[in-house]
Amino acid sequence: MKKTYKIEVDCAVCATKVESAISKIEGVNEASINFMTQKMIIDIDESKEKELLKEILRVARKVEPDFEILK
Amino acid sequence: MSRKLKKRLIRIIISLVLFIPLFIVDKVINLTNVIPISEINWLLPFLLYLLIYLIISYDILFKAFRNIIHGQIFDENFLMIVATFGAFAIKEFPEAVAVMLLYQIGEFFQDLAVGKSRKEIASLMDIKAETANLVKGDNSFEIVEPEFININDIIRILPGEKVPLDGVIVKGNSSIDTKALTGESLPREVKIGDEVLSGTINIDGVIDLKVNKKYEDSTVNKILELVENSSNLKSKQENFITKFAKWYTPIVVISAVLLALIGSLVTLDYISWISRALNFLVVSCPCAIVISVPLSFFISIGRAAKIGILIKGSLYLENFNNVKTFVFDKTGTLTKGNFVVSKIYPESNRNEILKVASICESISTHPLAKSIQSFNFEVDHSYVISNVAGKGIIATKGNEKLLCGNKLLMEENGLSIPEVNEVGTIIYVAKNNEYLGYILINDEIKLESYELIAYLQKEKIKTIMLTGDNKDVAEHIGHALHLDEVKYSLLPQDKVSELDNIIINSNCLTAYVGDGINDAPSLARSDIGISMGQIGSDAAIEASDIVIMNDNLLTIIKAKKIAKKTITIVYENIIFALVSKLTILILSILGIASIWLAIFGDVGVALICVANALRSGKTK
Repeated sequence: MKKTYKIEVDCAVCATKVESAISKIEGVNEASINFMTQKMIIDIDESKEKELLKEILRVARKVEPDFEILK
Repeated sequence: MSRKLKKRLIRIIISLVLFIPLFIVDKVINLTNVIPISEINWLLPFLLYLLIYLIISYDILFKAFRNIIHGQIFDENFLMIVATFGAFAIKEFPEAVAVMLLYQIGEFFQDLAVGKSRKEIASLMDIKAETANLVKGDNSFEIVEPEFININDIIRILPGEKVPLDGVIVKGNSSIDTKALTGESLPREVKIGDEVLSGTINIDGVIDLKVNKKYEDSTVNKILELVENSSNLKSKQENFITKFAKWYTPIVVISAVLLALIGSLVTLDYISWISRALNFLVVSCPCAIVISVPLSFFISIGRAAKIGILIKGSLYLENFNNVKTFVFDKTGTLTKGNFVVSKIYPESNRNEILKVASICESISTHPLAKSIQSFNFEVDHSYVISNVAGKGIIATKGNEKLLCGNKLLMEENGLSIPEVNEVGTIIYVAKNNEYLGYILINDEIKLESYELIAYLQKEKIKTIMLTGDNKDVAEHIGHALHLDEVKYSLLPQDKVSELDNIIINSNCLTAYVGDGINDAPSLARSDIGISMGQIGSDAAIEASDIVIMNDNLLTIIKAKKIAKKTITIVYENIIFALVSKLTILILSILGIASIWLAIFGDVGVALICVANALRSGKTK
């Protein structure tokens, strides 16, 4: 199920790195990070949303520590 | 400007205010000469410059340190720290500070430009109404968010307000400004029974609308989502820079290390080789194109939406630029589709002919019938009307038999008719086996078609028209517009296979332009499907790649110009950035490039690319 989140990513190059990093997470079928619109679209199993978001945040912050997923 | 940016600007200004006087004093009296002891005479300038350095770079230092802990070593922050520490190490104090200062100034302007573009696109798309006035039983209204309104609720729109949801007018009349959706500046008069779309602005009357779509399905939401998501459908160029960015930084950094090591070992002049390596590190960020290329597409799509052109993806914008064949549907696209009676022959028999035709066509909804109905002749409804598919209509009453249709209908009923040499659709009329005459109906060519086709031909684009109409009509229009090819007498299903043939047989990208009615298969099949004027039609929006929200064919010319300009700017930026960086890398190896040039190669190039990208999407 595709879900869209508002995010904060400060650096354009980091955005592409974060995108490839989170695409590799198990449970994430597809990931797209849009630097221009500051949105993240991920195709995930909705029931696992909470854990996956935690993992995504962890992986993303390794690339860009300022990465935020906004509520 | 955001708070974050404001804080950075203040730091930059403070640093500049401290740095410039210090630098001037240093150049005049040479601060190293102040302390007379040679082992420590460098301490004075070092500490003074270090102070300014810390003010301007503490956030970079912090980020670099934190990123290393997280395992992300080779990022911009770390590289800048290494480059400036290196400069400090070889006693180039003012250079170290200036480099960091310039870097921060550059980053600031970059972020400012991106922030401003985002704001501009957001405000262009400010078509969403924040509230809706929900009408209650006692005719008062309650202010509610549009998302909470249901289908069949009545909402009231006061003069000057944005229309929050799609609906049909049930009370009142007004004029509507559709500019934000269609790009058309002429207001539209609306009354009870008319459909009004969300995103438009109510000008002067109070109207009550019966909502027919929930907010998620409303026109305004569809458009907002479409524009937002468009940057997810990446173009070839965007995919290229994503791959490029992955490789560029590691390669440059490794080269820098090798350069420093090998150069120092071979010549023992380690200062010179380390500073060359530092230059490498400074230009190792591909930010210039990683930011400016998507920015160009983003801005273009946003600005295009403002003039009524919805482009579903950066990829489509790129492909649209490369389209070399345009296939048009005739009726309603190149022609007005309004079928007008242009001649009745013989004139002497006019009333009789129209009387018979009006009876026959009285219950038909076909556009041809409508053109006859527009004469508003009194119709005797006691006739029995039967439709003969593909041929015409027979109306009977008692002993009377009226015929209204094409040559086949006449011949099948035993009538032979004279040859008629007219271009258009000919409806022959007969009464009780006596041929009365004919009515000539023409579908007017839109005035804009001439200019559009002329423009396409100037751009060396092939133009083809598909129509269900007959050969004469098709060829007449083909000649008038100077079309390259016309294909006629096509049944609806033939149009798709004909389009299929055209695409298979050409080795270039093909665009199909239709009015969205029954066009979905063709719109989907073509490389770029362009639907015109059907703001509300879901099927058309789904199937097409570019939606033009008005009926004006000249908008296609604007779309083409935007596409061309965007791609031109994108290539300008890619080439400029790659060539400058490569040049600076080479000059650095040769020892000719100073750290200033390297800074320009990173920050300056990025700023130029971003500034260039801001030109995208303008059609002036």
